[in-house]
Amino acid sequence: MARKQLHVIDGAYRATLEEQDDTVVWLCHALRGAGAELDLLLEGNAVVYGVQGQEVRPLAFGRRRQKHAPDLAGDLAGLLAKRVAGYYVEEDAAERGIAPSELLESLVPVSRAKLATLFAGYDQVHRW
Amino acid sequence: MKKTLPFALMDPPFESARSTTALRLVDLALARGHHVNVFAYEGAVALAFAGQQAHPNAVHGRGLEEEDHPLPREWVAALHELAGERGAELAWVNCGLCVDERGVQQSIAGPRRGSPADLARMIDESDNTLVIPTGD
Repeated sequence: MARKQLHVIDGAYRATLEEQDDTVVWLCHALRGAGAELDLLLEGNAVVYGVQGQEVRPLAFGRRRQKHAPDLAGDLAGLLAKRVAGYYVEEDAAERGIAPSELLESLVPVSRAKLATLFAGYDQVHRW
Repeated sequence: MKKTLPFALMDPPFESARSTTALRLVDLALARGHHVNVFAYEGAVALAFAGQQAHPNAVHGRGLEEEDHPLPREWVAALHELAGERGAELAWVNCGLCVDERGVQQSIAGPRRGSPADLARMIDESDNTLVIPTGD
């Protein structure tokens, strides 16, 4: 039986322009596609990934223009649509002035005080 | 008035936003006709590595061409072209020892192999140097 995993993303926007995505969200997509049972927790700056309506233009250097820019909230929504639960640390969102109404509706708030309880529900917790 | 702006870069490609931020600043400087000196140190020597290859992305649902995966070597090449178009100079020097450590000797056209002596010269020839180091 597959081990239940919780992937925790803390550092955000690390190389998203070069990768056209967040590499850990991407990895979660790939793991899920490979049959993994996993959920995702956004903490720290990564809570911003859940903000709807983000827009960034594709990079351009001289005449070299990329076709795509990262769609972080879109990639996250796509992952949650694959029967993956998404959580965020509500204090981290509040500290950054992000109201719950700005976040993807399917994201579930969890307080720092309840993190240990959340972790206890998984076989493995992977903090990236 | 045209200036010569030295940049010291330290981050490898595909690891942080610092690399793209640095290249965007270089792009702006060249677009305004300023000369730019870049000293690529440690992992930054891989920014111009000719062996970088794009790939399709099944998670994005895009094939090789449509994915258009970013390759910093192409951005560095585009910056050299931009310099030529704007009558500016882009001198890109890769730290040779850093290149050897990482096995990234195969560089695109434009950048050259050098040493910290090149950085010393860049510093001496400028008013200031923008250092974009590897962070925590």
